[in-house]
Amino acid sequence: MFDFLEGYDLLGAFWVTVQLTALSAVGSLIWGTLLAGMRVGPVPLLRGFGTAYVNVVRNIPLVVIIVFTSLGLYQTLGVSLGSDIVNTTNFRLAVLGLVAYTSAFVCEALRSGINTVPVGQAEAARALGLSFGQVLTLVVLPQAFRSVVGPLTSVLIALTKNTTVASAIGVAEAAALMKDMIENEAQLILISAVFAFGFVCLTLPTGLILGWVGKKAAVKR
Amino acid sequence: MSSVLYDTPGPRAKRRNILYSVVFLVAAAAVAWWVLSQLSDKNQLDWEKWKPFFTDSRSWTTYLWPGLENTLKAAAISMVIALPLGAFFGIARLSDHLSVRIPSTAVVEFFRAIPVLILMIFANAAYSQFSNLSSDERPLYAVVTGLVLYNSSVLAEVVRSGIQALPKGQSEAAYAIGLRKGQTMRSILLPQSVTAMLPAIVSQLVVILKDTALGSIITYPELLAAIRPMSAAYGANTIACFTIVAVIYVIVNFTLTTFASWLEKRLRRGKKSTGAVLSAAPTPDGAAV
Repeated sequence: MFDFLEGYDLLGAFWVTVQLTALSAVGSLIWGTLLAGMRVGPVPLLRGFGTAYVNVVRNIPLVVIIVFTSLGLYQTLGVSLGSDIVNTTNFRLAVLGLVAYTSAFVCEALRSGINTVPVGQAEAARALGLSFGQVLTLVVLPQAFRSVVGPLTSVLIALTKNTTVASAIGVAEAAALMKDMIENEAQLILISAVFAFGFVCLTLPTGLILGWVGKKAAVKR
Repeated sequence: MSSVLYDTPGPRAKRRNILYSVVFLVAAAAVAWWVLSQLSDKNQLDWEKWKPFFTDSRSWTTYLWPGLENTLKAAAISMVIALPLGAFFGIARLSDHLSVRIPSTAVVEFFRAIPVLILMIFANAAYSQFSNLSSDERPLYAVVTGLVLYNSSVLAEVVRSGIQALPKGQSEAAYAIGLRKGQTMRSILLPQSVTAMLPAIVSQLVVILKDTALGSIITYPELLAAIRPMSAAYGANTIACFTIVAVIYVIVNFTLTTFASWLEKRLRRGKKSTGAVLSAAPTPDGAAV
């Protein structure tokens, strides 16, 4: 029944999906945290930059960003991100696009998390004489992170699904393989079911496990 | 100008802030210089490449408007179909009957877990195999099908949490005056929760609008797909095309996002409301409720 799978590297395609997800998740967590720091910080210029970045990036469709990394950055401007192999370049460009896009949402999630930290925490920290950087990194952010595990999980799940967009610039991940198989094989429903099942396997456990972690981690107030 | 996170800057802090600003400006200027010099190396800054959008009305009538029109058309059709479907599934998930609740929960969770692109690719192939739609019409049908399947399940969650956010007294009072479950839902809970859900629904419209751009992958001629023929027609002005398209997307979506948060603020202030308002906070795919 599943002999149509022969000759296709199904696990390999999903492995690329997982790699895209993991790398972009780490990247957007870092860049998103920096953006959140800028947006709540005391320097007006950085605040303005953070706000502008978030408002612009989250209103542009991800496909536009990803296709731009390939057509605009790579093919027009020649940014190849230190690789001569087209496939590797495309993969790195896709990660770059995903990080640029997802970090806007990480930033917003974190900022709402910062708002859940009671005012007294930051006030006490300031009363001790801590600087803004210390208040943020030692007192506020650790508590904020614990309360945004839930929202960040949604962002991570959305990111997992968004990696399919990388197929638009020829990264050989799951959606690209699915398109390929549909063109060459007859069993449309079965093929689609296999890929749907693959994504359910990736996203549902993420949601369940991190949902449980989120409950454990949340600061009880 | 102060926040709970930092003191009102004194002389030293002000000096430091200016220093940070200058460092940031220098870094930004360096990046901007590099980008601009790259652009002019590749002749992307030539006025020839940007001129068509300002002087040649055909760039709009032939490429941009039809693209934007198709984008808005797909988004509007999807929203109109997804909203009632989402309300149906959302209410079904709140049913007291296991036989209704479990299947609708399964459907909602299933379609929320699958990327829209996968749904679109599937719908496109399915229409070409099992229907006799012409190949011109098929991409629109596929885009709308994908968007409806996904967004109706997200909207189902919006509807469900909108109803659950209402104070319990509302339904208790309705039962106490002898209304049936259906009547309570129709005349008490739904009308009130619709106002609570409005901001979240407008935000979802932004998600739908952005997701129509996925249609370019299955050859739906929307705004993003207009870039290739356009840059071919005007001498490889890729950067200019992307800039214009991005600006259009940002204007449309930013207007909607601002409208959603204005709506949310207004509803939260309203005296008549029950105080239950779902957040309009944007999420990457609208799934976080």
